Amino acid sequence: MRWSWTDPRMRALVWQVAALAATLVTLWYFAAMAHQNLARQHIATGFGFLDNTAGFGVVQTLIPYSEESSYGRAFLVGLCNTLLVAALGTVFAVMLGFVVGVARLSTNWLIARLATVYVETLRNIPLLLQLFFWYFAILQPLPGPRDSLTLLPGIFLSNRGIVMPAVETTPSTAAFVLCLLTAIAAAIFIGRWAKARKLRTGESFPTLIVNAVIIIGLPGLVWLIASAAFALAPPVMGKFNFEGGWRVLPEFLALLLGLTLYTAAFIAEIVRAGIQSVGRGQTEAAHALGLSSGQTLRLVTVPQALRVIVPPLTSQILNLIKNSSLAVAIGYPDLVSVFAGTVLNQTGQAIEVIAITMAVYLIISLAISFAMNLYNARVAIVGR
Amino acid sequence: MTVNAAVKWLKRNLFSSWWNGALTLLVLYIVWSAIPPFLDWAIVHAVWSGEGREACLGPGKGACWPFIFANLDQFAYGRYPAELRWRVDLAFLLGLAGLVPMLIPRVPAKLWNLGYLVVAWPMIAIVLIAGDRPGLVGVDTDLWGGLLVTLIVAITGIVASFPLGILLALGRRSEMPVIRTLSIVFIEFWRGVPLVTVLFMASVMLPLFLPQGVHLDNLLRCLVGVALFSSAYMAEVVRGGLQAVPRGQYEAARALGLSYWQTMGLIVLPQALRSVIPGIVNTFIGLFKDTTLVLIVGLFDFLGQVRIQLSDMHWSTPQGAATGYVFAALVYWVFCFGMSRYSVFMEKRLNAGQIR
Repeated sequence: MRWSWTDPRMRALVWQVAALAATLVTLWYFAAMAHQNLARQHIATGFGFLDNTAGFGVVQTLIPYSEESSYGRAFLVGLCNTLLVAALGTVFAVMLGFVVGVARLSTNWLIARLATVYVETLRNIPLLLQLFFWYFAILQPLPGPRDSLTLLPGIFLSNRGIVMPAVETTPSTAAFVLCLLTAIAAAIFIGRWAKARKLRTGESFPTLIVNAVIIIGLPGLVWLIASAAFALAPPVMGKFNFEGGWRVLPEFLALLLGLTLYTAAFIAEIVRAGIQSVGRGQTEAAHALGLSSGQTLRLVTVPQALRVIVPPLTSQILNLIKNSSLAVAIGYPDLVSVFAGTVLNQTGQAIEVIAITMAVYLIISLAISFAMNLYNARVAIVGR
Repeated sequence: MTVNAAVKWLKRNLFSSWWNGALTLLVLYIVWSAIPPFLDWAIVHAVWSGEGREACLGPGKGACWPFIFANLDQFAYGRYPAELRWRVDLAFLLGLAGLVPMLIPRVPAKLWNLGYLVVAWPMIAIVLIAGDRPGLVGVDTDLWGGLLVTLIVAITGIVASFPLGILLALGRRSEMPVIRTLSIVFIEFWRGVPLVTVLFMASVMLPLFLPQGVHLDNLLRCLVGVALFSSAYMAEVVRGGLQAVPRGQYEAARALGLSYWQTMGLIVLPQALRSVIPGIVNTFIGLFKDTTLVLIVGLFDFLGQVRIQLSDMHWSTPQGAATGYVFAALVYWVFCFGMSRYSVFMEKRLNAGQIR
């Protein structure tokens, strides 16, 4: 290689070295600045603070936690809360999004209009505003625990959230769960066997009915013979609030409601576009072959639509997970609220705390992208 | 005749089968149980005039609209001094004068227009609003608030992310591995983290990275965060446009002897950017909605200002929160829905050539 500027390879090399050098110098400059500033303010660096006692309470803990627990434990509590609301939100948003997306294409004029109004209203209003609306304008003004609204017998809604009977285990729970798992495994096996047999001989097998009998019957038998596998422990009205039972915080409700309704509006548009992308000829050909509407939808339209739906759906799920960080604005103890909020304020370890928080979201994003890419590869067109 | 047609329409569109008919009735029931109570709250039993919270108190009263009327100035400008608000209005009008011809496809001189909007106008607007020049009274950013801050954050985000996003998109499509890797890492990092953590970073971590004596106020720090964040999203939009330009265009340009920057600037980017105008508008809509997050780090944008006025004892009523949030939702909705309609319009126009 000659040292000449007219050589494209030479130019490329120079540009790349320059870009790398500029990046490294910038990073080094910031690191040096941070070091200097931290030394001046006498802030210790490192992750040692994670072992210190937190000393603050958290209103919702999925894992054992008390004020004597460490900051590291508080981080885990926040992370679990984030994962809980993100997982439930994803499930509900995908279900609602599919329903609304299909409804937008309904031949029923009223249903199609209602779905359009839903999508155009919800996706054009900031999520944070929707959270404030659900939390401050709907849930907070609800009556107190003493005058709770009864949603279903035993389930109460008040400004402290939802209270419902706790489900408790009994001596026969283990046997029940074991039977249920066995039944599911058997059902999967029968399903595979029936499919293989149908491919081989063309004979149908009443898979649905047989499997339903197995899954309901086997654990049901245990329930009847032994005793009820679960017991309900209803909440009792105490002096000021309900005691016992399972409680769902109003902050959690507002966040879940907001995330679900907002994301579902976007998913609905993706589903609609996906279904519309399947050519009309496909449906007509399926009908011509004698498939029913249900079969056409299940065997022809949906598999093709999924190819278009899955990639943008992935980014909506990632958005939902990232948006769950808005919890901090209404006080739901998620990762950002507990860790980047309270822990950061108490310890002042800004760099470490923010870096950990961002790393967690990056890892979750990458993991979901990876999983959805695997799924996408499964539904993608099989090349020959 | 017309009755017959109406019945036919009903039968075809609402009651084509038993299942459809049942769904129609269900939806009618839902609409009936949601719309009249809302209208009752928002109009019939709403309070329309009054001087303070007393007017809105009492059983059975609906929305408290006087609260909105009394605070419109705060919602628009925050605590910006009343006698200087004409400067904000002027800056806004100058921006509008540049924006309207930009949005109408038929008006010529788009490049000059873009230059005015992206370079000249922001400088004029900053001088007018901040007033940090001799002869003008300075206004501290602490006093800025309301829709003013919302628009400043959104517009700065989009204007700053435009050139940065183009560079990143070109970098990501570059054939030089180091440049490509750096661009990918940068883009995927900002796309992988929530804006809330970016704003936290900007407000608590950024000061640690600045030399002693350099002080950025909170608004400026958030603007840096928002600009970096949105540039990653802009880069992905632009990349989509770059990929849509046929390979032959690149090759023809290189065959003519154009350099890399000439190829990009004269041949590829003009085609790529035109095709992603809807995407850019959609990015802006997202950014506009995301500006609300700045209230989490203590800035008072439109939503933040609504919250401040809500906590005002003079206007604190049971229906205050609902009224304030419904009003704010309406304002955001008008902005976002208007922009999304424009995006649809441009998309149709751009695809006009493909429809036969």
